[in-house]
Amino acid sequence: MKAVAYALEKSSAAPAAVQALQEGGWGCKPVAGGQSLGAMLNLRLAQPETLIDLDGIAELRSVKSDERFVTFGAMTTHAQVEDGLVPDPSNGLMPKVARGIAYRAVRNRGTLGGSLCHADPAADWVSTMPLLDARLLVMGASGSHEIAAPQFMTAAFETMLAEGELLTHIRVPRRSSATRWSYRKFCRKTGEFAHALAAALHDPLDGTERLVFGALDGAPKLYARAGLMNEILDAAGRAKLIAEAAPGLDDTRVAMLAEMLRLVAQDMHTKAAA
Amino acid sequence: MSLKLDFPPVREVRITLDVNDRSFDLSVEPRAILADVLREQCGLTATHIGCEHGVCGACTVMVDGAPQRSCLQSAARFEGKHVETLEAFAEDALMAQLRQAFTAEHALQCGYCTPGMLITARDIALRLPEADEARIREELAGNLCRCTGYNGIVAAIQRVLREHARERAALKTSHAA
Repeated sequence: MKAVAYALEKSSAAPAAVQALQEGGWGCKPVAGGQSLGAMLNLRLAQPETLIDLDGIAELRSVKSDERFVTFGAMTTHAQVEDGLVPDPSNGLMPKVARGIAYRAVRNRGTLGGSLCHADPAADWVSTMPLLDARLLVMGASGSHEIAAPQFMTAAFETMLAEGELLTHIRVPRRSSATRWSYRKFCRKTGEFAHALAAALHDPLDGTERLVFGALDGAPKLYARAGLMNEILDAAGRAKLIAEAAPGLDDTRVAMLAEMLRLVAQDMHTKAAA
Repeated sequence: MSLKLDFPPVREVRITLDVNDRSFDLSVEPRAILADVLREQCGLTATHIGCEHGVCGACTVMVDGAPQRSCLQSAARFEGKHVETLEAFAEDALMAQLRQAFTAEHALQCGYCTPGMLITARDIALRLPEADEARIREELAGNLCRCTGYNGIVAAIQRVLREHARERAALKTSHAA
């Protein structure tokens, strides 16, 4: 099918894009890589009046790195992360996640920021960024502010972004080289959206233990507390966490999630960090 | 009796696309996807349109040297980028080798997916010269063949990678000598 008629406005600076979004109102949306929005346009699930093209905004592609953080421009592509063309603060987790997103032809164009703002519950960065305790930098009419990644996505296809706001950067804290992680998702076909997703991160240097469940009906569910890695050791502990994290799931999805979490537990306790 | 049809006005924009080292001045609707513009306005029909939502890979083209879907974005978003369709690779040595391997391994039946398969296969050969069968299958997940000719397609790519490995080994030996 073909998209409805819409206008395309090219923007060359983030403040100008924010202004265009403010003026455009409800029917006006930004487009980043367009790898999800493009499909929704063609299926007429999305029927915007105007799209603000972010492609020409250089600052959205900038990547800055210091001792504590790597700050990715929102238009950083999955393939750049996969290929190690940008610094990796996550001891290997981010490149691994990137390689599993859709297909190479999609990863060459799809972006971190676009995926986070699209907020498909079964997508990868919406689960990974809370796990990594990332901060999302948002620009609005009255300046910029930060949103913690675990709070950013509020429900399926819903985020904290207000009308006329733009996600500009994703700031990911650096993890030590002692960090161990596991990222497991169940897809019926390679590259498809996940039906169940569980991931964990353990940094022994500062005692960080985090666990996330994704591909739920709404936003991913994050846990962060000492002792988590021990809680997932036995089946009873895992079942308790899943029942708490995703109470409404049917038996099939609970079974898939349980298996992903079992693999995560196995990875965390047997495998050296990749 | 004739019925008067009231169509909404069509607003087109003028764009310039760089496709296969040729410059195309075009008038397009912003909603027109690159694949449609390539086929209908540039006359480049090697690019096939399958699912129109990024899953089947038949429309895959090269953009600034990397494969991308041409069904997911407005053609107007490709201004200033270097687009190459399968036609651009008519004289390309690697593509010729892949075409031969596709023939030898019966890697196509109806041929509808083949343009996308060849673009992806070339990307695999250049980016992942050491890919084993499992990795080739992982990389090919984004290209669907409804004749289910995957075994032949995978075998064709493996054949080319083997030939390259032999050439590299021969080169090493000759350097050593």
